[in-house]
Amino acid sequence: MQAAYPLTFAALLFCVGVYGVLSRRHAVLVLMSVELMLAAVTVNLVTFGAMVGDALYTGQVFALFVMAVGAAEVGIGLAIVLLIYRNRASVNIDDADLMKY
Amino acid sequence: MTLPDVIMLAITVLGGSAALLVVTSRNVVHSALFLVVALLSVAGAFLALGAEFLAWAQVLVYVGAVVILILFGLMLTRAPIGPMAQHNELGKALPIAVSGGFFAVLITLIFGSFGDTTLELVPVSPGMLGEVLYIPWALPFMALGFLLTVALIGAVVLARREEGEGPLPEPDPELADVSREPVPTDASTNPGVSAPSEEPAPVTGEVTR
Amino acid sequence: MSQVAWLIPALPAASALAIIFFGKRMPKGGAEVGILSLAIAFVLAVVVAIEVFSANVAAVADGGEAFLTTVGVELFPISAEAGINAGIRIDGLSAMMFLLVTFVSLMVHIYSLGYMAGEERFTWYFGLLSLFTMSMLILVVADNLMLLLVGWELVGVCSFLLIGFWWEQKSNSNAAIKAFLTTKSGDVGLVVGVITLWSVFGTFDISQIIAGVEAGAYNEGLLTFGLVALVLGVVGKSAQFPLHTWLPDAMAGPTPVSALIHAATMVTAGVFLIARLYPVYSAVPAAQATIAVIGAITLLMAGLLALVQDDVKKVLAYSTISQLGYMVAALGFSYTAGIFHLFTHGFFKALLFLGAGSIIHAAHSNNMSDMGGLAKVMPRTFYTFLIGSLALMAVPPLAGFWSKDEILVEAAAAGAYTGNLVLVLGAIGGAITVFYMTRVLYLVFAGEFRGYGHPHESPQTMTAPPVALAVPSLFIGLINLPLPAFQPYAFSAWTMFSTEYWVTHPIEFSPLIAFVAVTLAAAGFVVGRLMYRDAPVGDADPMLRLGLPTRILQEKYYLDRLYTDLITLTLVRDKLGAASVWLNDRVIDRIVYLAGAGTVGFGRGLYDVADQKGIDGLVNGVGQSTRWSGGRLRLAQSGNVQLYAGAMLAGVVVLAVVFAVG
Repeated sequence: MQAAYPLTFAALLFCVGVYGVLSRRHAVLVLMSVELMLAAVTVNLVTFGAMVGDALYTGQVFALFVMAVGAAEVGIGLAIVLLIYRNRASVNIDDADLMKY
Repeated sequence: MTLPDVIMLAITVLGGSAALLVVTSRNVVHSALFLVVALLSVAGAFLALGAEFLAWAQVLVYVGAVVILILFGLMLTRAPIGPMAQHNELGKALPIAVSGGFFAVLITLIFGSFGDTTLELVPVSPGMLGEVLYIPWALPFMALGFLLTVALIGAVVLARREEGEGPLPEPDPELADVSREPVPTDASTNPGVSAPSEEPAPVTGEVTR
Repeated sequence: MSQVAWLIPALPAASALAIIFFGKRMPKGGAEVGILSLAIAFVLAVVVAIEVFSANVAAVADGGEAFLTTVGVELFPISAEAGINAGIRIDGLSAMMFLLVTFVSLMVHIYSLGYMAGEERFTWYFGLLSLFTMSMLILVVADNLMLLLVGWELVGVCSFLLIGFWWEQKSNSNAAIKAFLTTKSGDVGLVVGVITLWSVFGTFDISQIIAGVEAGAYNEGLLTFGLVALVLGVVGKSAQFPLHTWLPDAMAGPTPVSALIHAATMVTAGVFLIARLYPVYSAVPAAQATIAVIGAITLLMAGLLALVQDDVKKVLAYSTISQLGYMVAALGFSYTAGIFHLFTHGFFKALLFLGAGSIIHAAHSNNMSDMGGLAKVMPRTFYTFLIGSLALMAVPPLAGFWSKDEILVEAAAAGAYTGNLVLVLGAIGGAITVFYMTRVLYLVFAGEFRGYGHPHESPQTMTAPPVALAVPSLFIGLINLPLPAFQPYAFSAWTMFSTEYWVTHPIEFSPLIAFVAVTLAAAGFVVGRLMYRDAPVGDADPMLRLGLPTRILQEKYYLDRLYTDLITLTLVRDKLGAASVWLNDRVIDRIVYLAGAGTVGFGRGLYDVADQKGIDGLVNGVGQSTRWSGGRLRLAQSGNVQLYAGAMLAGVVVLAVVFAVG
C-alpha cells in the first residue's frame, strides 16, 4: 500500500476536526471534533508504526494509549460541559468567556 | 494501484465525507450518528493497515462507548437537540482558512516526504500485540489503567451535584435557533428533554444521577 | 535478604506518611498502621540479622571476610571525584541495630496504645513515632556520612517534636528547644568532622574511608582533628559531659518517647557513629583516648547526679547518661564491648522507662516522694521493673552484668592511663548505679503509698511490652558468654567488622574483676538498703542531707547556670553584647554615616539631573506607551476559546510554511 493514502486520510480527518473545533458553538460538537482529531492521530501512529516495523509494535501500542486517553478525555469533557451547563444554562462555548478582559 | 490502495481510498472518501457531515450537520444528533460512521471508517483503516486488535478496540471503545456517552451528554444537558445556530461569532472564514491551510501544508508534506514510500504490511494479530503489551509495555499499560480510574473519579466529582445546589437553571432562550423551527419529533420522542421553546419541565436531581 | 534491607527504614517511612495523612480516618487513629509496619520491619530485621550473623560465624570458622553488603546510587556529583550518594550498608553492626531499634520501637508503639489513649493528638503522635523510627533506621543503614548526617538531623528534628509534644506547657517547649539547640551545637562539630574526613579521603563513603585508613594514605593531623570534631557531635547527641544537660530536661516528653528516644535509639546514635567508624578511630590513638576520657567522666558524674533526683524519670535519664558514658568509654579501646553494652542496655533501659511510665500513670506524679508501696498494687509492673533494675545493676547473670564486665575487662587489658581510668571509674560507677537503683526500688515500691488517689495496675497494652522486654533483659547477656569455645558462635563474632579484629581482640573473663565488681555492687546494695529501707522522703532522704555535695548535685554541677547565666547572659549578653554595641556605635556606625552622607550628596545631584529629567521621562514614556498598547491589545483577549485555538493553529500553519520554504 502507498504510505501516502492512510496519511492523507488522517490529514483529512484532522483538518475536518480542526474546522469543527473552530467553527461550531455547541460544546458537545466541539468534543466530537476533538475525537475526530484524535482518531486521525491514531491512524497516523499505526501507519508510521507499519512503516518503521519495529518488534515492539510501538505505533499500535501508542495508538491504543491514545484511544484510552481519548476515552478519558470524553468523560472529563462531558462532565465539564454538564457543569458549565448547570452553572450558565448554556452549552454554547461562546458563553464560557469569563476569562476575557 | 493494488487492492489495498483501492480499499484505503474508498475508506478515505467514506470517512472524510462522514467527518465533514459531522462538523457541518445542523442537527447535533445527526452529527453524533455521522461520527459513528467516521469512527467506523477509521476502524476500517486500521483493518486495512493490519492492526486487527486496534480495529475492534476502536469499534468497542469509540463507536460503542464514546458515542453513547456523547448522546447521553446531549440528553443530560437538555441542549437544543434540534437544528441550531451553526456557527459561532468567528463565522466561517477563519475556520475554513485555518483548516484549509493546515490541510494544504499536510498534503504537501505527506506527498513530499512519503510520496514514493510503500508500506510492507504485516498483519498483527491480537495475540502478538498482547504479548508486547503485557511484557515490555506492562508498566505504561498499568499507568494507563490508573489514568482511566482517575478520569472516572474526576468525572464523577465534576458532574455530581453538591448538596444545596439549586435546581437546574432555565435554558437560555438565546440558544434556540431562530432561523428554523425545531423538528417537532424531538420533543415528543425524547421524554425528559424539552425543546427550548416549551415551558421547561421542573427538573430534579435525578437527571444527573 | 540483605539486598532488601532498605525496606526496613522504608516501612516506617510509609507508615509515617500513611498515619499523618490518613490516620485520623482509621479506627485506631493510625496506631495500627505503625504497629503493623514495625512488626513487619522487625521480622525483616530478624531475617537480615540471621543471614548476617550466620555469615559472620561462617567467616570466623573458615577465616573468610566479615559480612558486608553495600548497595548505593549516586544522587548528584559535587566534583569529578566526589558526589553525594545514597546507599545502604549492611554488616553485623547495622543488623544488630535493626534488631534493637525495630524491637524497642515496636514495644513502644504497642505500649503507647495504652499510655496515650484519649490523647488529643494521638494520630500525630504515632506519625512522629514512625517518622522517628525511620530516621534512626536511615542513620543506621547509611553507607556514607552524608546520608548518616541526614538521618542524624532527622532524628534530632523528630526528638524535638516529640519532647515538645505537650507544648501547651511552656516548660515542655523550653525543654524541646534546649534539647534541639544543645544537640545542634554538637552537630556543628559533626559537620566539621564530616567535611574534614571528606577533605582527608575525598569521599563520604564509609567503606572507602575505612579502606583509606587501612591503606595508610592520610594526613594524620587532619584526620585526628576530624575525628575529634566528630566526637563533639557524639557528645551532643549521646548526652556526654559537658553537653549532657538536655537529656534530663527531655523527660518532658511522653514517657514511651523517653523509652524510645532517650534509652534505645536516639542517644545511641552517637555511640553508633563511633562504632561505625571504629576502624578509623582505632588508627588514631589520640581520638580514642579523648573518647575514653569523656566517657569515663560522664559515667561517674551522671551516676552521682542520679543520686539526688526525686523525679523517677530523671533518675533513669541520668542513669542513661551514665550508661552511655560506659559505651563511649568502651569504644575508646574495644568495639565489641561498646556495642554489646549498647545492645543490652537498649532492652533493659527501655523496660525501665516503660515501667516508669506505668508507675507514673498509676501514681499521677513523677516524684518518688508521692509513690511508695506500689509493689502490692501493681505486681506485674513491679516484677518487670525489678528485672530491668537488676539488669542495670549488673547482677549476674542478667544482661547488664556481662556487658559491663566486658567493658571493665577490656579496660584493664588496654591498660595505660585511659584504660585504668575507665576501669576505676567504671567500677565505682557500678556501685553508684546499684545504690541509686536500690533507692528507686525502695522509694517507689516499698512502704506505704504516699500520693493521692488509689493507684492500680496499668492495662494490658502497657504491661505486655515490659514483659516482652524483660525476657531479653534476663537472657540477652548470655549471647556473648566469655567462654573461648563459645566465642566463635557468640555476639562478638556476629557483629564483628573484620575477621582480623575478632581474632586479635578475644573476649575474655577475669574472675578478679568480676569478683570486685560484684562485691562493689553488693556493697552499694547493702548501703542503699540500710539507708532507704524505711523509704525516707523529702527532708528525711539521706541523700538530700549531705549539705554541700547535695547542693552541687542538685544544681547539676552548676553547668546549667554556666550555660544560661554565664555564657548566654553574662558573656554573650552583657560582655559580648556591650562590646558589640560599642563597636557598632563608635566604629561601624561612623563609617556608615560618613559613607551615607557622601552617598546622599552624590545621590541628590544625580537625582536632580539624571533621574528627574532623563530617566523619569523615559520611564514615563515607556509606561504610557505600554498602557496605550495594552488597552488596544486586551481586546484580543475575548475569552473565546475558539478564537484562541484558531490563532494557535494559524500560527502552526504559518510556521510550517516558513520551515518548509526555508
